[in-house]
Amino acid sequence: MNIAEAITSGDASLLPGKRDEDWRWTDLRGLIRQIPAASPEGRAWAWESPLAGQPDIVVGVVNGRGSSDLEVAAGEEKFVAWRFLSTAEAGAHNAELWVTVGEGAKLTLVESYESAAGGYLANTAVNIRLAKGAKVERIVFAADHAEGVSVVDASVELAADAAYAQTVLTHGARRQRIETRVNHPGAHAQVRLDGAYLLEGQHNADLTTVVEHQGVDGTTTQLTKGVVRDQSRGVFQGRIVVAEGADRTDARMGHHALILSDKAEIDAKPELLIFADDVQCAHGNTVGALDEDALFYAEQRGMPEDLARALLTAAFVGEVIERIEHDAVREAAQAWAAQRLEV
Amino acid sequence: MLSISNLRAEVDGNEILKGLSLEVPAGEVHAIMGPNGAGKSTLSYVLTGRDGYDVTGGTATLNGEDLLSLDPAERAAKGMFLSFQYPLEIPGVPALTFIRTAMNAQRKARGEPEVSAPEFLKLAKATAASLKIDFDMLKRALNVGFSGGEKKRMEIFQMAMLSPRFLILDETDSGLDIDALKIVSDGVNAMRSPDRGMLVITHYQRLLDYIKPDRVHVLSAGRIVESGGPELALELEREGYDKYARAA
Repeated sequence: MNIAEAITSGDASLLPGKRDEDWRWTDLRGLIRQIPAASPEGRAWAWESPLAGQPDIVVGVVNGRGSSDLEVAAGEEKFVAWRFLSTAEAGAHNAELWVTVGEGAKLTLVESYESAAGGYLANTAVNIRLAKGAKVERIVFAADHAEGVSVVDASVELAADAAYAQTVLTHGARRQRIETRVNHPGAHAQVRLDGAYLLEGQHNADLTTVVEHQGVDGTTTQLTKGVVRDQSRGVFQGRIVVAEGADRTDARMGHHALILSDKAEIDAKPELLIFADDVQCAHGNTVGALDEDALFYAEQRGMPEDLARALLTAAFVGEVIERIEHDAVREAAQAWAAQRLEV
Repeated sequence: MLSISNLRAEVDGNEILKGLSLEVPAGEVHAIMGPNGAGKSTLSYVLTGRDGYDVTGGTATLNGEDLLSLDPAERAAKGMFLSFQYPLEIPGVPALTFIRTAMNAQRKARGEPEVSAPEFLKLAKATAASLKIDFDMLKRALNVGFSGGEKKRMEIFQMAMLSPRFLILDETDSGLDIDALKIVSDGVNAMRSPDRGMLVITHYQRLLDYIKPDRVHVLSAGRIVESGGPELALELEREGYDKYARAA
């Protein structure tokens, strides 16, 4: 099972499918019978983001072609946007991004996935290495085409005292998997892994995270929220592993989703695997409808039902967005959510 | 003002209100007292249009306008306000945002212009001060983590901000200590006016020491079984609801 190799070789049997435990809800092998031809070269377009003009560096990677290295030297502070664009109708491409953040350096990375045409198969591997005391906030805006298939697999290595925070915002695609694997080999590392998926139509989104605590005194907090309408489908898989000796780990995972139609679906699998003794771990998972009591309360105060529903739904998702630390990015995320929730 | 005639309503197929009639003229405060299960909260939900409370007969009008055909938000825009026995927590929505959204929705329904931000803030600050509410509390998510007393105070705050024409207070004294009861009652009393009516629903007489009713009604088994002046509340406090329960 290897998506990059499947794309390079054109061998669809290498795609992960429902027989692979971690992919059983995002069956690519069943969906893609034939790997599309390699995507041709393409041209970038202007960045349609409220953030345009603000980052220190903006890099565009089109159909897998473009720069793949980002280095923030020790002690530096950078605000960077990395745009992954898919322009090809029915093309397949691999892209990579290698990020190294030096000792005590600080990086805000906005990663966007954008598309001009559907039918593509895009696979992106992101590798992020944080040196001692480095701090990274990564925000992913996944704006794939309704007919696109996209996989983003990020691998994050934290040295001691590093801090990594992430927020994935997605409206899904035909199939979309955004996976993050974080390794805490050092001590005292801090991780926040958040996400929001707002799906409608027949969109799918799969947010998968795997966090391994191998050093002492590490913390992980996770909050993912989803809203699914129509016939859309959201998947959340969160696994936290606390290795033997990773004492005083504090790990908390929350996944909460609203199902706003009978035909929408949520699949969730929170897992805590704990091999150390002295740890604090907790997870919470809820899936349901809007609280009818709260809706009546808002209506009684004068809000028509649609407005009350929009306000409560926006508030539900807002809890994730408020945790974004970078002010301008948080505002862009609020605009993103408001547009999708029609507040 | 509020006129209820022979009102019948059921919940899950069980008839709870069985021909209730009541008139609350403008400028008056009426109390509804009654044993648990008499239909007190049902009456408040039927008047405000909650789902699941099905009217099977009778009428309810506010200033001659039919209430029962309107949805809850339309009734609110006409001036109906219910202070909840158990106010809801609204995570993620600051109290000020919630109230401003409600206020503008009501104004829009009435064809009035939206409230401006400075105008709204000025009103909120003055109202908070009069109810001894810390203004910072209004920036927090509505009722989340608030004590029972704080939640009731927030109900009165919303009531004062929205300035409704008719108030229903459902067990507003429950969960209040004596200081909070005084603040809440002062807030309610400040809203008494010749063109506003109030219905105070309570199990105990205590609240009526602070909010003096013009009339007291006893609700038992879905109907008003006795009406009188304020002295009726004192009699109920002494003698309990037994005789009405038997009569019903």
